[in-house]
Amino acid sequence: MSLEHAVKLARESGQLDQLIENIPYAKMIGVKGQLVGDEALFLLPPSKANIGNPILPAIHGGVIGGFMETAAALHLLLFMNQPKIPAIIDFSIDYLRSGQLRDTFAECQLHRQGRRVANVSVTAWQSHRDVPIATGRVHFRL
Amino acid sequence: MAESKPNKPDDKTILIMANQFLSVLPHCQALGMSIVSADQSGVTVELPWSEEIVGNMETGVIHSGVVTTLMDTTCGISTVAALPAPEACPTLDLRIDHMTTPEPHKSLFATVEAYRVTRNIVFTRCTAWQESPDHPIAHAVGTFMRLGKLLPGKMGGRKKQGEEKESSSES
Repeated sequence: MSLEHAVKLARESGQLDQLIENIPYAKMIGVKGQLVGDEALFLLPPSKANIGNPILPAIHGGVIGGFMETAAALHLLLFMNQPKIPAIIDFSIDYLRSGQLRDTFAECQLHRQGRRVANVSVTAWQSHRDVPIATGRVHFRL
Repeated sequence: MAESKPNKPDDKTILIMANQFLSVLPHCQALGMSIVSADQSGVTVELPWSEEIVGNMETGVIHSGVVTTLMDTTCGISTVAALPAPEACPTLDLRIDHMTTPEPHKSLFATVEAYRVTRNIVFTRCTAWQESPDHPIAHAVGTFMRLGKLLPGKMGGRKKQGEEKESSSES
């Protein structure tokens, strides 16, 4: 399925499974996504293969980062006019709390989409939206 | 684990600790990461290419999220080479610049130097490369919080909700 078709389908159905199916890494860590109204909400269910600290246990910080980058890229794809896989320029992440082995959510904000560059911020949380476990910011080249 | 020493551990101890560090991280095992070298000057970790970590199926290029994991892990491991004794060091923040796209079907390496250690913080910088460290694919800086040998509760017991301000004068 072409990317444009997958994006169109996702916009219509609100389900992002088909889009994620095209990203092996997102499938590997188990990213899920859904459109809720006009907002995209992303979910990373708990998985033992994603553990970084086995004692706590806690999700690997890199997986939280990878989840947030995936969320940012998919968010951009869903809300840009001409869907095209965005290339990452840089990524900055602040870790605020350890990620427990439970559902992790992420939502994004597209702060600016220029002709060549887009700026997306991402927040990840577990128990409450206003208690983030990490915040991030991504620049994409379009 | 090695006993507490006033300075950095010797190279042999660092290599043993780095391997131990990596071997207990389930996600890094799932990705097949391995230590290439670890000594007082820094740490290098290899991430093999595999189909399941691909981000773009048309090109076979790995997902940037795996680069994040490789660099976060390697920066974290470098703290054992920089501290007198192993400590729990969660990542405070990480910033990654993607200079170019990694080539598919080839391993990616990360080389890290912990260039400054203060009472509370370890500052690290990292280069990801394929052919040679002189041709970097990505560059990262990572800041790690020293929790000491003690209590795992310290990180969880941070500021209350609503107190947004982050202290940058930790060190």
